[in-house]
Amino acid sequence: MFPKGTKRKFSDSGEEAVSSGDQGPASPSVAARTLSSSYSLQRQSLLDMSLIKLQLCHMLVEPNLCRSVLIANTVRQIQEEMTQDGTWQIMTQALAAAQCPTDRLVATEVLCRQTDAAAQAGQSPKPYSVVGVEEGYHSEEVVMEGDVETDVTMSTLSPVSPQLSSASYLAGPFGMGPCWEEEEEDGECEEEEEEDSEECVSEGEEGDGDHLSADSRTGEQVFGTFEIKHPAPPPDPALEELFSDVDPSYYDLDTVLTGMQSAPKMGPYDLLDSLSSHGPTALSSSSSCRSDLNELDHIMEIIVGS
Amino acid sequence: NVSFLQFLLLTADIISTVEFNQSGELLATGDKGGRVVIFQQEQESKNKLQCRGEYNVYSTFQSHEPEFDYLKSLEIEEKINKIRWLPQKNAAHFLLSTNDKTIKLWKISERDKRPEGYNLKEEDGRYRDPNTVTTLRVPVFRPMDLMVEASPRRVFANAHTYHINSISVNSDCETYLSADDLRVNLWHLEITDRSFNIVDIKPANMEDLTEVITAAEFHPNQCNTFVYSSSKGTIRLCDMRAAALCDSHAKLFEEPEDPNNRSFFSEIISSISDVKFSHSGRYMMTRDYLSVKIWDLNMESRPVETYQVHEYLRSKLCSLYENDCIFDKFECCWNGNDSVVMTGSYNNFFRMFDRGYQQDMTLEASRENSKLRSVLKPRKVSTGGKRKKDEISVDSLDFNKKILHTAWHPLDNIIAVATTNNLYIFQDKLN
Repeated sequence: MFPKGTKRKFSDSGEEAVSSGDQGPASPSVAARTLSSSYSLQRQSLLDMSLIKLQLCHMLVEPNLCRSVLIANTVRQIQEEMTQDGTWQIMTQALAAAQCPTDRLVATEVLCRQTDAAAQAGQSPKPYSVVGVEEGYHSEEVVMEGDVETDVTMSTLSPVSPQLSSASYLAGPFGMGPCWEEEEEDGECEEEEEEDSEECVSEGEEGDGDHLSADSRTGEQVFGTFEIKHPAPPPDPALEELFSDVDPSYYDLDTVLTGMQSAPKMGPYDLLDSLSSHGPTALSSSSSCRSDLNELDHIMEIIVGS
Repeated sequence: NVSFLQFLLLTADIISTVEFNQSGELLATGDKGGRVVIFQQEQESKNKLQCRGEYNVYSTFQSHEPEFDYLKSLEIEEKINKIRWLPQKNAAHFLLSTNDKTIKLWKISERDKRPEGYNLKEEDGRYRDPNTVTTLRVPVFRPMDLMVEASPRRVFANAHTYHINSISVNSDCETYLSADDLRVNLWHLEITDRSFNIVDIKPANMEDLTEVITAAEFHPNQCNTFVYSSSKGTIRLCDMRAAALCDSHAKLFEEPEDPNNRSFFSEIISSISDVKFSHSGRYMMTRDYLSVKIWDLNMESRPVETYQVHEYLRSKLCSLYENDCIFDKFECCWNGNDSVVMTGSYNNFFRMFDRGYQQDMTLEASRENSKLRSVLKPRKVSTGGKRKKDEISVDSLDFNKKILHTAWHPLDNIIAVATTNNLYIFQDKLN
């Protein structure tokens, strides 16, 4: 079969990144495959675009599974090619080198941005996905420990609470929040919820990219947004208990995207999913959002008992 | 060569599905707001301009409401993904309509008489004073203004974790299938609390997921046969007699990739957005992003015919990926005798391919460019450097104006074309 790198063609139009087209039977030599910087730039740009697409998801409606799978396959394809070229290793090494420890959570930044958007919409500045998180997380606990429920939910209500962090960004490529399986798969579901929360408290890779702007096209910046920050110490022992058994090495983006982890508890979709940000446009785009925000506020009031 | 007359029928919420019934007398549309609007063709018109009746609104009803999944904290859209008519058995009409999660069977019936002359009630419904009732009479039916009622007869819920993309009524008229991204379920029309799972492609680990189901349909004549298409450009034909779970296909239709055209977007554009059997049952048609392919059910290795819908987009795939247009799901349809196929494109263009004459035509559905009841002019997109007069250049195409849903009358040359907000009916001009 043809080696993958030989068949690409650059588009004529300058604004486009990698495009399709045929190159004809290009030289199969390795030299031809140590690609021109223009091609790798285009390929990198396509990778960035794809990762951002996987990140930015609709807040209230489950995103399209087909689209997510196709984008993820594209990412995988690029990553495979980059691994063959050796560029992948270079990039991950560069990222590892570019870490600066910080106490701030990436997601907190976005959380605040989202809070602004919600405030603009005239609603209470609670990220409403938190409701789903709480209800999902504590579905078991709610049933068994009614007393604990109020405490736990109250402690996680504050909008800038660090332990919410990436757990509050539910809607990933497969939809879903902490619990995107059917009811019969509850065990798996809860495990995933735990993973999501665990990311907040574990030490994962650290980066500095605190902005999730779609304009940032360099690999570092994009990959930086996936880094998990070291958070403030978790206030709730109950939550910590949930997070106790996750393998922190899993949050290596490398292993995530190549799926090389031997016994992964979360798939790449879940990781991207829990790290996803939500542009304000998703909030304000639908008028039904407001009624749902009202609805959710109402629910929160009931739960909190205010 | 046929010329078409255009009628504009409806300006609505975003139209999400269009379907003629088996006789062509009724045309159903579903929209993003969960509404179904049914049009009925008038009886033969005495007007000499057209020998066929016009379509007028027959019934409108709210099929699905938005729901909120509290467990996942996600909204379930009320948008109608598909409508399929059941073959008519009596005076009433039945259709299945589905959103992402729930399928409903609706009965549409006419009422043109009402009983009058009750003994205990006045005509307005008030109860009569028993003392005034001195004689007994039998109520009689009197004509009234026609009323069309739609009532939900069955609700088939809670069988799909993922979003339903297709429903298809079996030729046995007793069962139907519903397909979501990962599973296909078989239902009996009378039974709502149970369905049989007949295809399941969900991997044990969701992170291993690389392929989803995009469409499914029953064979028009063989009640044991159905097909489902995938995001990797394959179609699997399954025989329900072989096993209860049809995970292993009887036939796999797949065209080998053209190595010259390979790119990072190859897989995405090979994803099949629609699959339709021909009326004869001998062929099936698939729509992927750039082309329409006709397959002979007896040959799995490659399609027998391939038609390029908008090949000029091949060099724009990166931009179309960026603005998500590359994920648009276009549908396709056959005409009544399987000689012509039709599908939509951008800029409110739609394309027809005549299989017999090997000709194709591009038409536009637009209020501005055509007056009602005028003859449609064929369009052309200029691909080369020089743009002729009346041609449109690729860069000036409006990618927000897309025709995803089209339908062809099963017996006549009447087509229904949905732009984002408008429904157009085109009839060929009889001279």
